Amino acid sequence: MPALLTKQDKKIVKNALWDDNPMSVQVLGICSALAVTVQLNTALVMCAALTFVLTMSNVTISLLRNKIPSKIRIIVELSIISSLVILADQFLKAYMYDVSKQLSVFVGLIITNCIVMGRAEAFAMANPPMKSFWDGLGNSLGYSLILIFVAIIREIFGSGTLLGFQVVPLALYDMGYVDCGIMVLAPGAFFLIGAFIWIQRAITPEITHKDVTK
Amino acid sequence: MEHYLSLAVKSIFVENILLAYFLGMCSFLACSKKMETAVGLGMAVTFVLMVTCPANWVINHFLLAKGALAWAGMPEMDLSYLNFIVFIAVIAAMVQMVEMVLDRFSPKLYSALGIFLPLIAVNCSILGGVLFMEQRGYNFGESVVFGFGSGLGWFLAIVGLSAIRTKLQYSNVPQPLQGLGLTFMITGLMAMGFMCFAGIQL
Repeated sequence: MPALLTKQDKKIVKNALWDDNPMSVQVLGICSALAVTVQLNTALVMCAALTFVLTMSNVTISLLRNKIPSKIRIIVELSIISSLVILADQFLKAYMYDVSKQLSVFVGLIITNCIVMGRAEAFAMANPPMKSFWDGLGNSLGYSLILIFVAIIREIFGSGTLLGFQVVPLALYDMGYVDCGIMVLAPGAFFLIGAFIWIQRAITPEITHKDVTK
Repeated sequence: MEHYLSLAVKSIFVENILLAYFLGMCSFLACSKKMETAVGLGMAVTFVLMVTCPANWVINHFLLAKGALAWAGMPEMDLSYLNFIVFIAVIAAMVQMVEMVLDRFSPKLYSALGIFLPLIAVNCSILGGVLFMEQRGYNFGESVVFGFGSGLGWFLAIVGLSAIRTKLQYSNVPQPLQGLGLTFMITGLMAMGFMCFAGIQL
């Protein structure tokens, strides 16, 4: 009986975590990532929503890949992705209303999240469904890695909490410690991701050759 | 009148759709190396936003929103869950039209933009702008001003970044930081700069 996870599949998932990370190497999916990482709980919900949409859309598009006419490819992909996002959005509105209010438009923006379209075009259109599923999962994990990294730092340093629990001891505040305000605002997120990219490129210099913005 | 002016200033500077709400980052990062591409893309995004915001407002108001279909005799119908699909379809159609217009009137710009022109359809700033307009309940006039203002803000951000990157070309930046990492840092500093507009009210 063939193994559930072949060596090649493992490689697909592993690659997407570091060497081919969708955010820091492929430069996809930046928009929603920066906005939802102020707190860890919103970041986790976003990761879950993206994982659902990315894996399902990869599988669906891969199943239909030989039937979609090339001229209307983008519209068909957008329709599939939009339907999945509507599902995710309605689910969140029903079962996690507070978080969905905090996420506001960013769940809808998963439709235009470049990772979903990017992987659909680059992988799902040319590969069988099971492989596309692992690719979707790998890219979601790579995306989640950065989101969680940024969210943890932003929440701890920006508000002293983690998932709502007070992490910075209140005694420190009495001694004069003040939350790092910039972490809660836009620039903090930019600097953190810039730093992550710097660290990643320093650890793995070969990635620099793949830089699309150079 | 001051209300529209205040909304325009707010959407261009204070709540800049790129530097404050992080929308439209992907093409912003990829297209900001050369000034001509940045200017061309910025103008295209501004135009698309200015046209799709009111168009989607009309569709939302007369077809999708709760109670919108009262004119057709179905006031209880609530099609608002279809908003994502409908909006993105309208945006894709508009971008296709912009492509055709550009191909006819400015082939040089059309080829300079290359793949990024059809990618405007999936540019988060367009769908994001439309969704913000729907969420905040703007009326028709406000949606036009908001669309134009958001586009202009995006245009300012990308042209600013392109100018800074041109100036930085001869700087001595550490190798791992070059390219993408540095662009993020610059954008962070620009975001800080734009924050000084906060609190301005006309």
